[in-house]
Amino acid sequence: MAIKAVELAKGQRDIGVAEFFSRNRHLLGFDNKKKALMTTTKEAVDNSLDACEESNILPEVQVEIIDMKNDRFRVIIEDNGPGIIKKQIPKIFGKLLYGSKFHKLKMSRGQQGIGISASVMYGQLTTGRPAKIISKIDPTEPAHYYELKIDTKKNKPEIVKEAMMDWPKEHGTRVEIDIEASYQGGMQSVDQYLKETAIINPHVTIIYTNPKAQQTIFPRATEKKPKEAKEIKPHPYGVELGILIDMLKTTEFRTLQAFLQNEFTRVGAGTAKQICENAALLPKNHPKRLSCEQAEKLIDGIKRTKIIAPPTDSISPIGKELIEKGLRKEINAEFYCACTRPPNVYRGNPFIVEAGIAYGGAQEAEGQINIMRFANKVPLLYQQGACVITKSITQTNWRPYGLSQSNNAIPQGPCTLLVHIASVWVPFTSESKEAIAHYPEIIKEVKLAIRECGRMLGSYVNKKKRVKDEFKKRSYIEKYIPHVVEALKELLGEKAVDTARVENMLKELLEKKRGKLDDLKFDPAKNKDFDEELSNFGKDKPKKIENEEDAT
Amino acid sequence: MSKVIIEIKRIAAGVLNKISKKTVPILRMPIRSLQNVKYNPKEGYFELVGRMKERALTASTVKTFAQSLRMMSLSKDLIESDDIATKREAYYVSKNWGEARFKEQPESDTIMDDIEAMMMVNREQIGFIPEEKGGDVAGKLIVIDKDPDSGKDIRIDCTKFGSGAYSIPSSVEGLKFETKAKFILAIETAGMFQRLVKHNYWKKSNCILISMGGVPTRACRRFIRRLSDENKLPVYVFTDGDFYGYFNIYRTLKVGSGNAAHINQFFCVPNAMFIGITPQDIIDYKLPTHPMKDIDIKRGKDALKNDPFVKHHKEWQRAIKMQTQLKKRAEQQALAKWGLSYVVSDYLPQKLKNPKKWLP
Repeated sequence: MAIKAVELAKGQRDIGVAEFFSRNRHLLGFDNKKKALMTTTKEAVDNSLDACEESNILPEVQVEIIDMKNDRFRVIIEDNGPGIIKKQIPKIFGKLLYGSKFHKLKMSRGQQGIGISASVMYGQLTTGRPAKIISKIDPTEPAHYYELKIDTKKNKPEIVKEAMMDWPKEHGTRVEIDIEASYQGGMQSVDQYLKETAIINPHVTIIYTNPKAQQTIFPRATEKKPKEAKEIKPHPYGVELGILIDMLKTTEFRTLQAFLQNEFTRVGAGTAKQICENAALLPKNHPKRLSCEQAEKLIDGIKRTKIIAPPTDSISPIGKELIEKGLRKEINAEFYCACTRPPNVYRGNPFIVEAGIAYGGAQEAEGQINIMRFANKVPLLYQQGACVITKSITQTNWRPYGLSQSNNAIPQGPCTLLVHIASVWVPFTSESKEAIAHYPEIIKEVKLAIRECGRMLGSYVNKKKRVKDEFKKRSYIEKYIPHVVEALKELLGEKAVDTARVENMLKELLEKKRGKLDDLKFDPAKNKDFDEELSNFGKDKPKKIENEEDAT
Repeated sequence: MSKVIIEIKRIAAGVLNKISKKTVPILRMPIRSLQNVKYNPKEGYFELVGRMKERALTASTVKTFAQSLRMMSLSKDLIESDDIATKREAYYVSKNWGEARFKEQPESDTIMDDIEAMMMVNREQIGFIPEEKGGDVAGKLIVIDKDPDSGKDIRIDCTKFGSGAYSIPSSVEGLKFETKAKFILAIETAGMFQRLVKHNYWKKSNCILISMGGVPTRACRRFIRRLSDENKLPVYVFTDGDFYGYFNIYRTLKVGSGNAAHINQFFCVPNAMFIGITPQDIIDYKLPTHPMKDIDIKRGKDALKNDPFVKHHKEWQRAIKMQTQLKKRAEQQALAKWGLSYVVSDYLPQKLKNPKKWLP
């Protein structure tokens, strides 16, 4: 047996992070060529928008996709962001799990430090070409140019070429990646991603040149930057044992009391003492000397202490008005509504759910409603079935709100439902960030948000029905009055009945009691915000395209 | 001018008058249901209590209102031209009314019944006749009818139909009768009627057999009533032993229905007696039975609660309770268990001899 073990040991070695993901690229959203194009664009654009927001810059992002033939595409994303300092460029683009956002609890699009380097790696795997990056941090400094690859065994950047250069931009970053991909329009396309991004981020300008060299500009709808999301420290309720042990080891504070007070949010002197008491630990203990068992006790102590919920100014919701406006831009409907829920907390992480509905109008009356999902202002186009949003929708009874629905299915009707979940840490089901995990607190909040919108929808649909019935009744009056008069003439003789006079009197009599009516007929010209060009963008392709993975 | 036409014109003029005054015109008619009748034991039929329903002209009733007026107009035309129309024909006439036409015949029948009740006459008097056949007759009876062409009397001998029968026409007012029979036996099913004709039962017991074929039609009820009244004949009723037989058939024949309460006076047969099959017969004759369905039991409860006729007769209340406990029902033809001729040789003679075994 020992020999066998020795033999086996020869085959046992480290697995590189990059190596792992290069084999499992579907985990990162590169499972097919069409999706790869969307994912690459998305990772770069998300980073640009995050960087701009952190630096308080109104983002202007240029996206260009060039068809290089033979299923190769060049994806170029250029932003007016703060730029990246020279030293960091190779690591950010050439090392997986490297980034600024993972250790911070702050609402941002990216959160893991995988996305853009994964795109670089995918490009390198499928085309063998390095990614080309230009970045400039200040008008007075030169731009830095890099050609980068990833050493997938070591998960380290491999610098193919580096140079200084002139770049007319004041500051910003330009990424160019060649990848194997395919370009298609439709529901899960790069076009759709850019459009939804523009809708949900009205302060962003996107200039998009598609592989057919057609340029589309999504101009910003507002100069107002969204409220900046603040970074927060972790909340004690959200900390798990492993992380706590890490934090204990690395902290600079020398007493447990100070550690708790300074490394967590919502922990003051009193709360810290309470936690220590509940954990049967001394506040004066040195954090670094805490044993594993003691750390476990600490977790237990936290659980048994009442701690107020984390602050919620760390989240910046889109807001009711902008959601409605975005829907108006994209969909020409009869009725719009939106709501933003008050913040709630899952696992110590604050989050906010928002929802919006566009009903009727030019939307198709048959088939399932259209669901638009967003997480931290990023559109989610894949894995709809696996997402907490979809689950919350199917578990809601939509019939009282005027949509038809078979049991536990997505409702049907001429309706678009938008749901946005914003959090300092969005719990995605996988690294490709396509679906949000099913935390009970999140399900509850999503349901409350869609019900709030649902009620508004329901009252509109009912009103519409009432008006329709009323119109029908009125048409009844018009229809049958002549028959009453005709019969009276037959019964009493032509001379006894003055047709016009009796008809008028009857009409007056019957309509007397019926008040004025709101005209709820759909008027396509009524929606001033509707942007037909935007709405049609990306729709010229056949509507239904293969949904390999969404077939589940 | 006939009374009916005067009444129709009076109602129409009332409607026009209201419209001219810009007030809502209303058509009033008695409510046609068991809730609106009471049993008059002295006269022996259901009479109207007098609750009225009103059809006011509003946006939601404008269609039926127009249809009612048009139906009245059709009725007026029919009377004036001394013509008649069947219910089905009236329904087809409405097809000329454009938007106000009836989609299905039940709609036009309802409006016709409303007008009939509004006028407090039977539908023949407003020019409409039913489609349905009246029933079959065999036995010691001569019906005197008129030849439609010559107007001469025709004598129809109901003993001379062999294994067939004389068919009651839809209007029986003009018929005259000659008979020496001792009683009338009204039978629910055509099958039992055939059996009795086959055995020449009418000859043996000197009677008139009438097959009602389910719930008796108005013509059938009126035929029996006139025949019984004019010749002082007792009427015995023989139905299946179930609530349908007791109430839908027997009770309707004897005292009338809620739906046509305004004409019960003429269409009831107050001296009818129920000879079988009674709940007691099921036990006495050990008849094969079928289980009663929940809906049957409910019908029994309903009769106890709402039927003024049942409420008046303790015997019927006892019978219902007994049958509800048995939870069984028996058909007339179940008597065949004791032999095909048992009904003629034993059952009917025994029952007719013993009035204590009847129900009122």
